[in-house]
Amino acid sequence: MAKTMPERRGSAVLGVDAELARKLLHDMLLIRRFEEKAAEAYTLGKVGGFLHLYIGEEAVAVGATSVLRPDDCAISAYREHGHCLAKGADPRRVMAELFGRRDGLSKGKGGSMHLFDAEKRFMGGHGIVGGHVPLGAGIGFAIKYKGGDQVCICYFGEAAVNIGAFHETLNMASVYHLPVIFCCENNRYGMGTAFERVAAVTDVAEHACSYDMAAELVNGMDALAVYAATQRAVERARKGGHPTLLEVRTYRYMGHSMSDPLHGVYRTKDEVEEQKKRDPISQLALKLKEEGALDQAGLDALDAEVRAEVEEAVKFADASPDPDSAELTTHVVAD
Amino acid sequence: MEALSPTMEEGRLVKWHKQEGDAVKAGETLAEVETDKAVMDLIARADGVLQQVAVTEGQTVPVGNVVAVIAAPGETVGASVASAPPPTPAPSGGGMRDARGGMRDAGSGMRDAGGVGPAPGDVTRVKASPLAKRMAREAGVDLKVVTGSGPGGRVVKRDLEASASRALAPAAAPAVVESHPASPIPHPAPSGAPYEDVPLTQIRKTIAKRLVTSLGPIPHFFLTSEVDMERAAEARDALNRRLGDRGKVSFNDIIVKATALALTKHRACNAWFQEDHIRYWNEVHLGIAVAVEDGLITPVIRNADLKPLLEIGHEAKQLADKARSRRLQPSEYTGSTFSVSNLGMFDIDQFTAVINPPEAGILAVGTITPKPVVVDGQVVPRRRLRLTMSCDHRVIDGATGAAFLSTLKGMLENPLAMLL
Amino acid sequence: MPTLTYRDALNQALREEMQRDANVFLMGEEVGVYQGAYKVSRGLLEEFGPMRVVDTPIAELGFAGIGVGAAMAGLRPVIEFMTWNFAVLALDQIVNSAAKLLYESGGQFPIPIVFRGPNGAALQLGAQHSQAWEGWLSHIPGLKVVAPATPADAKGLLKSAIRDNNPVIVLEGEMLYNTKGEVPEGEYVVPIGRADVKRAGRDVTLICHSKTVAVALKAAEQLAEQERVSAEVVDLRSLRPLDEAAITASVAKTNRAVVVEEGWPHCGIGAQVVDVIQREAFDHLDAPVLRVTQADVPMPYNKQLERLAKPSPDKVVAAARRVLYLD
Repeated sequence: MAKTMPERRGSAVLGVDAELARKLLHDMLLIRRFEEKAAEAYTLGKVGGFLHLYIGEEAVAVGATSVLRPDDCAISAYREHGHCLAKGADPRRVMAELFGRRDGLSKGKGGSMHLFDAEKRFMGGHGIVGGHVPLGAGIGFAIKYKGGDQVCICYFGEAAVNIGAFHETLNMASVYHLPVIFCCENNRYGMGTAFERVAAVTDVAEHACSYDMAAELVNGMDALAVYAATQRAVERARKGGHPTLLEVRTYRYMGHSMSDPLHGVYRTKDEVEEQKKRDPISQLALKLKEEGALDQAGLDALDAEVRAEVEEAVKFADASPDPDSAELTTHVVAD
Repeated sequence: MEALSPTMEEGRLVKWHKQEGDAVKAGETLAEVETDKAVMDLIARADGVLQQVAVTEGQTVPVGNVVAVIAAPGETVGASVASAPPPTPAPSGGGMRDARGGMRDAGSGMRDAGGVGPAPGDVTRVKASPLAKRMAREAGVDLKVVTGSGPGGRVVKRDLEASASRALAPAAAPAVVESHPASPIPHPAPSGAPYEDVPLTQIRKTIAKRLVTSLGPIPHFFLTSEVDMERAAEARDALNRRLGDRGKVSFNDIIVKATALALTKHRACNAWFQEDHIRYWNEVHLGIAVAVEDGLITPVIRNADLKPLLEIGHEAKQLADKARSRRLQPSEYTGSTFSVSNLGMFDIDQFTAVINPPEAGILAVGTITPKPVVVDGQVVPRRRLRLTMSCDHRVIDGATGAAFLSTLKGMLENPLAMLL
Repeated sequence: MPTLTYRDALNQALREEMQRDANVFLMGEEVGVYQGAYKVSRGLLEEFGPMRVVDTPIAELGFAGIGVGAAMAGLRPVIEFMTWNFAVLALDQIVNSAAKLLYESGGQFPIPIVFRGPNGAALQLGAQHSQAWEGWLSHIPGLKVVAPATPADAKGLLKSAIRDNNPVIVLEGEMLYNTKGEVPEGEYVVPIGRADVKRAGRDVTLICHSKTVAVALKAAEQLAEQERVSAEVVDLRSLRPLDEAAITASVAKTNRAVVVEEGWPHCGIGAQVVDVIQREAFDHLDAPVLRVTQADVPMPYNKQLERLAKPSPDKVVAAARRVLYLD
């Protein structure tokens, strides 16, 4: 799914090739429908523990990942279903992992927050806020050490910017010239806390100057904008091994996790409804329609195709058995 | 020190089960005491705290001496133990009792030596290291008889090693082979000292005292009779074949039964001499002499005349085991009306036994051995047994004793006679 | 056999492993230009260059995490903490990343990383610079923990740690770096998970590791001279996994044990050793197992107080006497 499209001159509206735009739309829809299904499965008791949904933020994962090569790496935190799917993981195996089954990506031992796909270079799935940011830099270090030109994209939320690991990592990424794209998905709320209440500097991109790092502020509800900015960052990394801090402004329509309220305590329903008008999927669909590259029937067909794929994923996950109890003690230490 | 047997005059404190400061409940075992007969438990008669331990392990004190003081929590009991009782419900000075209470039933605090491991909070639990427990188990040693040198009386490895080497003492000395023309077989040289003084244990003291009060004052006379055991032997063999796995009847069982039955016909021999009267018993309780580690004790088969042979055999064995492991209750070794002592297994032809006062008689049983005998003018080999009865002439006359022996002989020579 | 300092033995191990496998690199504070805070990495920057001997800012959490990320991507990092006291900052990466990624990913990402540095007290460094972390680190499934006491064990265990495909914690000691010992020439690897009897004996087992090995050996000498007691000294070398078989075999032989450890008593590594003994050697025990640990206090600065706080041969002898029922 994450094939990079050759750059072709696009239309004035899209700015990119129509086929690429359609692919972006498909990928976002897939994540959307997948997440909706995951939420449903959670309420049915098939998914346990924490479930952090990416609904509303699809443009970021899809726009960014579409720039990458298969041998580039991606790493994320615990709201990572979208990043994992965008990187090319099999939705059936992602769903099976959410259900905790033996055919899940992590054999049922990771769960929603610990999706890994070594073959697709998706490096997890991490539960501690900011804990994976140094890992992203470490992957970049390894790339540089081995002399390759791959890059690593590291997604995290804006609340992670306040944690020590973020600061230590970006400093070292800059000092060591690591080929890492630090992609901050600023959805304004760290769980139930508005960013402006806890951040002295709310424009995350401005932090970059502390590390003498390139930075860009991006509209995260526009997949094409994300795509373009990521292209620039990837170029910077591949060519010169320079990291970039992208602040991508986005919005999540669901609560922090399935256990948290959508609105009411820390944000208003009106705000959520207002943001829905900026839904990245609707927006891109609209643009495609305007371009004449897609009509309603085509959109419906696309949706139907995606829904079918998600249904199949659920079926697969339902059919997959629990891990064998012997798996309790496997993979604690490597041979 | 309580009188834990009717004849006890002093007790040796073998082992404390409680320490000063320990909480104590009525009924719990405070210590083990060696009486003149066996090792008994000294029971707490009150709830409280063991305020004072007055006698150390190994010490012997007369019955009636204070060995310990139980006080109510917070109470201090002074040196004069007979002082005013405290306001609390628990009586003070619980260690002091009137010793002359007659036969005492040891009651619920007793514990069978063969019993299973301790219940939670069981105060008779022996403290021992896991290693010591294992060593004891493997050597078949009862931890309760090993003195522990560890903290709180814990039995530890060196205690087991010491008790093992004590048991082996002379033999454990390295064998020095001296070439001696007269005795080519080397034997272990003595360990060094020319003699060893061994203090009298309670049981030896008792035996000594009792015998002196027996053979001396009691006018003994002795009657011997040689009994033909052929038919008894045949009957026994047949019986045992029939019984198979269900049991075995021994000669001793038969002799015990016959003696008991004979006594029912000769009440004059089934009696006690008392200071100013003779008690003629209507029940027959036979004392069976059992050799124990360092002496002799006579457990009793009650109502032996009424018990079936197999039961007699079973009981005799049980009592002997208990006797050897020093676990007989007073009720089990007192109250016999007549005694039997059998040295047949040691190949003794005949012997004279000493009467157990206040009984009037005792039967000494020799070995059953084939002898040439004249029957119907022919010399034939017959299995013969010599019985010797010792009689207290104050109770039994010669003719009375002889009549009894004659009946007994008749029963043994013709077992059916027991049914008459 | 050549005699080396503990420090040089570690240096040799690093050099040999970096020569052997191009994926091995060293990262930490002062490891490069400064030649190592304790000179363990002396000469390595010159030989291997700045890509493989990486000086870091003071950012333990950050560079520990970079190490784990590099391990995820196929390298074999050796992360040096100047002391394990500072590594507390990096615990999130050690525990939540390094120890768990293999399991969380269903076996997809082994983390072949070494975290090493000096552990425990030195002399008068005060409360924050004197901590021994065996107990904390050994608690975590997914980690391996070793604590070499001698130069030979240091070289052999560090090599094993680097070659191990798991996160391995190597606990060294400032007071050990200058100690000398014979180190076999050539390839010398000590397997992880095996204890070593440093002194054979019959009467009591002294179980120790790292700096307490010297303490135990001195105590054993004293016991021999003063009490005619023959003490067996078992150097654990590995704390996770623990060599339960060696512990059990020794106690089965002597029937009594004293554990000597640097950390604090409550939930310290010795508590685990005692569990092994009571569980596996119960019927061989003639006495309770005693522990000689650091006093349950933050380490004081004053020299005498510090000496009081640390395990010493006298304390070990006293404990041995108690389990021998000599008191």
